[in-house]
Amino acid sequence: MPEIKSLSVGQVVAEKSFKISRDSLVRYAGASGDFNPIHYRDDVAKAVGLPGVLAHGMLTMGISISPVIAWAGSPSAIVDYAVRFTKPVVVPPSGHAEVKIVAVIGVIEEDASRVRVDLTTTFEENTVLGKAQAWVKLS
Amino acid sequence: MVNQALEGKRYPRTAPYMVGREKLREFARATMLDVSLLTDEVIAPPTFPVVIQEQSLKLVIEDPEASLDFSRVVHGEQRFVYQRPIVAGDELTSELLVASIKSLGGNQMVTFNTEIFDAEDQLVCTAISTLVVRGENA
Repeated sequence: MPEIKSLSVGQVVAEKSFKISRDSLVRYAGASGDFNPIHYRDDVAKAVGLPGVLAHGMLTMGISISPVIAWAGSPSAIVDYAVRFTKPVVVPPSGHAEVKIVAVIGVIEEDASRVRVDLTTTFEENTVLGKAQAWVKLS
Repeated sequence: MVNQALEGKRYPRTAPYMVGREKLREFARATMLDVSLLTDEVIAPPTFPVVIQEQSLKLVIEDPEASLDFSRVVHGEQRFVYQRPIVAGDELTSELLVASIKSLGGNQMVTFNTEIFDAEDQLVCTAISTLVVRGENA
């Protein structure tokens, strides 16, 4: 677990890219129980006016916190996690969509032994999550 | 459109959900998290309570009074506030409150607060979800 005293506001604590394929969407549908067909069927996505099959917003939220958990050392360190879904991640039928996550220290509360980590998740140069913030307990 | 009178409505407690070790590992893999980070105790990934929230949300979707048309719904915001981590073996129930319904440019923003409790009836996590319901002409 990182030492809170060694951290500074603005410091990048995690940076990682992930490839999301149709396989990833099927896997997440099964794991989460969210079987909305807009996340795996092109015809359904098209019929409701979407640009293509979209990644579940909750999948993007879940993936985005993974590098922070690896940095903090345990999922139990994450005590509060919030995001806004601002733009969709379109996943092509073959190949993949690549999302890039950068996690930066936003606030340090040394007395409470916790820090706020601010996340930027981008897909094709666009930020797909707004106000993505996680409070991480470091003790 | 969602029935405005639904604001403040509290839905009944859901049936207990038994958190399984392999389910947590499956969820971790699906969210591209190194499974070894869950440790032997098997701690849930932070967004796992969406599975429990879903059980409560189902009650709203099935409620004829709510008239929530899920084909017009887009997920707007999500938050999880933890009192303690969820671990394998937990038996969880949830209770959903329709916290607010706001109209915004022909759409509705509906916020649900789902409180998740353990078998001792202690609050474990609050899942806060805002859904955007697109208006008939949007």
